[in-house]
Amino acid sequence: MTEAKKYNAPVTNPESAPFWEAAKQGKFLIKRCTACGEPHYFPRSICPFCFSDKTAWEEASGEATVYTYSIMRKSPTGPYAIAYVTLKEGPSLQTNIVDCDFDKIGIGQKVKLVWKPTDGAPLPFFTAV
Amino acid sequence: MTIKGKAYIAGIYEHPTRHAPDKSTAQLHAEVAKGAIEDAGLTKDDIDGYFLAGDGPGGLWPMVDYLGLNTKKLRHVDSTETGGCSYLIHLGHAAEAIAAGKCSVALVTLAGKPRTGVMPPRAAGAEVDFEAAYGATTHNAYGMCAMRHMHDYGTTSEQLAWIKVAASHHAQYNPHAMLKEVVTVEDVLNSPMIADPLHRMDCCVVTDGGGAMIVTTAEIAKSLKKPLVRLIGHGEAMKGPRGGKDLDLTYSAGVWSGPRAFEEAGVTPKDIKYASIYDSFTITVLMQLEDLGFCKKGEGGKFVADGNLISGVGKLPFNTDGGGLCSNHPVNRGGMTKILEAVRQLRGEAHPKVQVPNCDLAIAHGTGGLLGVRHAASTCILERV
Repeated sequence: MTEAKKYNAPVTNPESAPFWEAAKQGKFLIKRCTACGEPHYFPRSICPFCFSDKTAWEEASGEATVYTYSIMRKSPTGPYAIAYVTLKEGPSLQTNIVDCDFDKIGIGQKVKLVWKPTDGAPLPFFTAV
Repeated sequence: MTIKGKAYIAGIYEHPTRHAPDKSTAQLHAEVAKGAIEDAGLTKDDIDGYFLAGDGPGGLWPMVDYLGLNTKKLRHVDSTETGGCSYLIHLGHAAEAIAAGKCSVALVTLAGKPRTGVMPPRAAGAEVDFEAAYGATTHNAYGMCAMRHMHDYGTTSEQLAWIKVAASHHAQYNPHAMLKEVVTVEDVLNSPMIADPLHRMDCCVVTDGGGAMIVTTAEIAKSLKKPLVRLIGHGEAMKGPRGGKDLDLTYSAGVWSGPRAFEEAGVTPKDIKYASIYDSFTITVLMQLEDLGFCKKGEGGKFVADGNLISGVGKLPFNTDGGGLCSNHPVNRGGMTKILEAVRQLRGEAHPKVQVPNCDLAIAHGTGGLLGVRHAASTCILERV
């Protein structure tokens, strides 16, 4: 069994604060540009695609599939699985796959959001479904 | 305007050390600067341009002062920081400055002591709260690229291993190489898994040390005694996940920097006699060879197999000093040593066992940052005149 890993609380800033406030309520937010329609992650106030400032917060489903991953074998805190997952809504993001055996992890594997506590807002992770 | 043929690499120096607990980082910068200036046959007071990336302790002001550069003469400085490929970008920028008349003798230095445990701090980017907790390191960031490349194109660990095997064949002739032993594909596959699918021998060495070069005008280079080596094409580019749209980790920013450099030089990958290719990991080499056009995307595995990168054996001799995989990766930054070995090849100063016959056209290419996260790339095409 893996010990519960301790994660640092996000520092947050005025631009990202709504994300972390929602995280405390268990809501996983992405940003969508209302000018070009494209969603993105991590959230910015100005759309990284069309550069419009008309971006809006949107709650994401937390459903995703693994784009790629790597098991880090050499780590002072024990092995862990880093990955990029692609959200059902479109954007891909960096995360860890947690709370499942490493042999459950593969490209194309369906995963879902899980929150891990910190001393501040919780952090989003994913686990195999 | 083009920088084609405007700048010459007149002096080079690679520090022989791979472990320097007895030296300071600034001292290593001074030692490599001295080496390159002397190799060129110039003096410190000839320097009127200085290029220094993030490995210089304190940045430009302290290093210019520490080195005692002639500040009445120094008229162009550049602190472009793009990780391991900074020095390839510095070469391009030095050529731009020389072409524009902003300096005539540029010094570029790299030095540091990661093996001793001293690394310059890295400032956090806007993504920090959204990524820092996930533990992206060099190993697993490149591991993720390799994993997806294998998935999409059927690339195998055996094929990646051939890259290390080729580097080790070259390193046996380099007396300064950290790892001089020739290894086999089996040795690589049997080495411990570090970050799937990358084994220990898929990873480069961690070394103290450094290197430096002098970039100058045609007129000054021709007044010196070294064989003439000049830059004829340069490209630079950046890549990142950019909001997470259409993520594709199977190619690097080299797909943009490479064509820019080849177009400026007016040559193609088929013309290249020797290639210095950034080798932080075996997968780095494979992806960059594809991105630069030495083979089609997805065919890198076939291209590197069976010794095709070994000098005197294969079609594309690469990293004949042993590269970062076996010889040297000072400050975890391999861009400088890529240029230095390319210049040695063009001068005919490489070890006789690995010297490419009639080597008159070479490429030096590198990436900086994390290939699987955010990175820069730079390509330099060099010619012996």
